[in-house]
Amino acid sequence: MNPFLLIVVPLAGAALAAAWPDNRTRPWLLPAVGVIHTVISFWLLVVPPPVVPGAWLAFDPLARAVLPAVSLLFLLCAVYGVPYLAVRAERPNRVFVASLLAVLGLLSAGHQARHLGVLWIATEAVTLAAVPLLHFNGTARAFEATWKYLLVGGTGIALSLLGSFCLGYASLHGGGEGDLTFAALSAQGAGLSRPWVLAAWVLLLVGYGTKMGLAPMHTWKPDAYGEAPGIVGAILAGGVTTVAFTAILRVRAVVSAAGAGATADRTLLVIGLFSMVVAALFLLGTRDFKRMLAYSSVEHMGILSIGAALGGVGALAALFHIWGNSLTKGALFLSAGNIRRSAGGHTMDEVRGMSALTPWSAGMFVTGMFVVTALPPFGPFFSELGVVRAAFAAGKWGAAAIFLGCLVFAFFGLTRVVFGVVDGRPRPAARTTARRFPETVGVILPPLILLGLSLWLGVATPAVLREAWAGAVAQLFPNP
Amino acid sequence: MNNSTLNLIIGLAMGLNLLALGSSRLPSLIRTVAVQGMALGVMPLLMETHFNWMVALVAFGTVAGKGFVIPHLLRRAMRTANIDREVEPFLGFVPSLLLGAGGTIAAVALARALPLLPEHAGSLLVSGAVASVLTGFILLIGRAKAISQVCGYLILENGIYLFGLLLIRATPLLVEAGILLDLTVGIFVIGIIVDRIQRAFDSLDTRKLTVLRE
Repeated sequence: MNPFLLIVVPLAGAALAAAWPDNRTRPWLLPAVGVIHTVISFWLLVVPPPVVPGAWLAFDPLARAVLPAVSLLFLLCAVYGVPYLAVRAERPNRVFVASLLAVLGLLSAGHQARHLGVLWIATEAVTLAAVPLLHFNGTARAFEATWKYLLVGGTGIALSLLGSFCLGYASLHGGGEGDLTFAALSAQGAGLSRPWVLAAWVLLLVGYGTKMGLAPMHTWKPDAYGEAPGIVGAILAGGVTTVAFTAILRVRAVVSAAGAGATADRTLLVIGLFSMVVAALFLLGTRDFKRMLAYSSVEHMGILSIGAALGGVGALAALFHIWGNSLTKGALFLSAGNIRRSAGGHTMDEVRGMSALTPWSAGMFVTGMFVVTALPPFGPFFSELGVVRAAFAAGKWGAAAIFLGCLVFAFFGLTRVVFGVVDGRPRPAARTTARRFPETVGVILPPLILLGLSLWLGVATPAVLREAWAGAVAQLFPNP
Repeated sequence: MNNSTLNLIIGLAMGLNLLALGSSRLPSLIRTVAVQGMALGVMPLLMETHFNWMVALVAFGTVAGKGFVIPHLLRRAMRTANIDREVEPFLGFVPSLLLGAGGTIAAVALARALPLLPEHAGSLLVSGAVASVLTGFILLIGRAKAISQVCGYLILENGIYLFGLLLIRATPLLVEAGILLDLTVGIFVIGIIVDRIQRAFDSLDTRKLTVLRE
């Protein structure tokens, strides 16, 4: 199976969607491409293809460890997309469907990029392709969110290009000949010019960290997730952020080969803990349940960053956490979208008693909330436990204490909002909107399956996934 | 390569940075950014001793994009929005000028501290790049009007482009990828125009973009 199909099929699907004449049947392209993409990526997960050493794009162990999660999330979001776009039949969906498919293709390219420049191009292209998705609702608030996303995200992406230049110059200064594949850069090792490597690390961490949504570069996130449709939030939080995280992992491996690994790990740990603290504080204050999900995403990006800072064991837990977080966040965003549509509002002040109007979505929202706050035996519990254990093993007691403290505060913040929305008596106005947008099987099943997958990931983590994560860690940490 | 001519152009670009920080009228800000973009666009031609089709094409694309297309779009956005002045910036013009001047000096000092290849020694490329990036940031943070912020983003991008010239021989692809940043700017500006057509806001003041805050 050719891994390039993962990139080509969605992009061809996007072109087809752009040319497709009928607004009503066009959304079916989403699950069609989603199924093909998932089949290919799981095929490649089970039967990994050989990696040509100097290749710019390849399904390498890191791509193998992460990309199938993105595929799976996209497939379920795509299945949800058909009934969702049928409800929103008043809006033309040509640009929306095409952009969504383009985002999938470019994400696949970003995950498989083994070249500094190709990685940057893919990330930049994902950023731009996501713009029409955020703007789908066409309201003034959506425009504002899109503007902030572009301004903050655009600056982040510009800085990561500058960082890529610095890393390129570090290689050139050390006698390199302009081969910017990560393998070649790592092979140069201590030959890379150290001041330039450090400059590159700072810029790339800030740049890709912006895309990932690490604090303090997370400011675009609450607005974008709050105003975009739930399906877009799910793909941004579970897909786009992971490509930025794997970019940081790849760059970290080069920095570590250059002999600055300890510095890189320290910065990752600090920025991760800071993200968790910021997210916990904002979670205690927010009243909007979609913005709440954005802060929760910032928190989980912090967890990933902390995991990456704790060496091989921590990185293994972080890769596990990518899976748990992507699947659970997907369920949360989709069920939140259902609640938002039926309730006609998105803050605790406007919405209450949704357990009476949308019992299924409310139930999944509550369950999903417990899952992201690490309820056993779901996936995120075990991955977060892995991060804590890695912190203990590394002797980082302070970091582990802050980590656990933030989890507790985040739990308080999340339960406050979620139960505020679910409990109580529904407002009379919500009864009419809930009649207009009732829960249907089509919008209940995808988040339910996502929750089921998250449970399955926790109770019976497949051996092939453990092996894939271990392979990725071996790629990223060649000499532990 | 003709180092002194290059340094002259970079010096000009650094001067234009300060001009951009000091101008309150949007047309002159747009003109400053356009001139800077064109000056930087011709630099790859001066760096090559032999005529090279690829480099010529990139130079032509850069000059056309940064010097004509984007300024034209910006002027159109300005007309549709019916504004031509940055009235109340978050950061005043004199403080931003002082910051920009200080940043330029710091950039020169920083460039001395970083190790350079022998063929780049004595060139202002790194100082010019850092100074432009800083100027871009000051405009992005310190200005309230969306069009001024886009101009700030353009200057930031020009700085990155300048830095990329260090690598243009070794990895032309990476440097040319920077053109995608221009596409980002294009989307910014088209966004403004489309929004004006939709009449969602009255003054195009990003200060008004404050419904969403925590």
